Amino acid sequence: MSGKPVLTAAEAVADIGDGASIMVGGFAAAGIPYGLIHALRDRGVRDLTLITNSGGSDRRPDHVVLLESRQVRRLVCSYATPATRPIPLDAMHAAGEVEVEMMPQGTFAERIRAGGAGIGGVMLRTGIGTSYAEGRQLHDIDGVPHLLEPPLHADVALIRAHRADEHGNLVYRFAARNFNPEMATAADLVIAEVDEVVASGSIDPECVVTPATYVDRLVIGGRAVERRLGVVE
Amino acid sequence: MTGDPAPRLSRELVALRVARLLQRGWTVNLGIGLPTLVAQFIGADDEVTLHVESGVLGAGPPGDPPGDPDLIDAQSQPITLLPGAAITSSAEAFAMVRGGHLDAAVLGGMQVSANADLANWRRPGKGLGGIGGAMDIAQGARRLIVAMLHSAADGTPRLVERCTLPLTARSCVDTVVTDVAMIRFISGQPVLCEVVDGWSADAVQAVTGLQLQRAAEVVRVDI
Repeated sequence: MSGKPVLTAAEAVADIGDGASIMVGGFAAAGIPYGLIHALRDRGVRDLTLITNSGGSDRRPDHVVLLESRQVRRLVCSYATPATRPIPLDAMHAAGEVEVEMMPQGTFAERIRAGGAGIGGVMLRTGIGTSYAEGRQLHDIDGVPHLLEPPLHADVALIRAHRADEHGNLVYRFAARNFNPEMATAADLVIAEVDEVVASGSIDPECVVTPATYVDRLVIGGRAVERRLGVVE
Repeated sequence: MTGDPAPRLSRELVALRVARLLQRGWTVNLGIGLPTLVAQFIGADDEVTLHVESGVLGAGPPGDPPGDPDLIDAQSQPITLLPGAAITSSAEAFAMVRGGHLDAAVLGGMQVSANADLANWRRPGKGLGGIGGAMDIAQGARRLIVAMLHSAADGTPRLVERCTLPLTARSCVDTVVTDVAMIRFISGQPVLCEVVDGWSADAVQAVTGLQLQRAAEVVRVDI
């Protein structure tokens, strides 16, 4: 087995081009690859399809910075904006600047899992009888209607893990795991931002969550970047 | 509100009433908004396992000082891990939901209809809204408790004949706890089971947009 390159965030995203589809990990304030997101913003690529849980925060500089810099053409997500207060995405969507595809969060996660596992789609009951199901294919399974949900795959996944070994095996921390392990399986190029890279053999193989096979590049950032941005103390 | 026979419960007391519905040994998801307040009324001896959809099973109250940035709930509020906690990915957290492994969930509500439909993710004309985990959880939890204020900010009822807001799931609600009453759906019918101290069944009906059946004994609760 060979080691994975440990790059700066700028180097790691240097070959991502206009029009790329990009998965970004994170849920609420945890598990967000801030360093990679900001490097992609600084690179200035445009017309991105962003596949990530939410429409971004109005409280921290997560992937919302890519929306604000008008680099996103299409957002695929589960929680676009809070029903209780508008965020910048609402106005951008209303102005026709960004397309939004929204789906239930479990459907979002499972479509990504299918995309990474070579599964041609999954049958789910979630959303039946709501506006979400309108125009979607219904299939009857033992008398219960299901929706056929196609797999989700991307050109690039930007993920956040806690620790990598030199081979690229990854472990996560608590709620920062969230969508990251599935996204790591569902993209052609997988870049992991981690707190630290340790010697091969120092992560118990039984404890590896994302095997190195899925991971292409490593970037050391994580908590240090979060501190620099002031999102953690 | 004007015309009320007695004060309505605070959001905290609604949450306390909900907490008392949760049974020993249950695995429970608490949605965002009012339901998150329920956590503070669940003690370690209650043996209720809290499920957070980001993949935390066995969440506990915030530590003192609260602090680990990777230990947060769905609203980015600090949590801790109780002994016996486990961490999963989001995909597995929702596999638990869809697979029927949640004994109960508590979600907020904008509207609940006479046939137990729930609407809680979007107000048309007020932006895109956010589905999040609401559709999965409303459909997947074995018992769904909706915790909400009885009336909307403009005073209109939130319990209505038919939902006018986009639905989260159909015929999914088992129990509604509000700041004036508790309603259970029994054989598909909304049944008034409890009224808050100072409220009569008639007074609750007067601020409700659907016809309530009445339990043989409507209990008056004084929390």
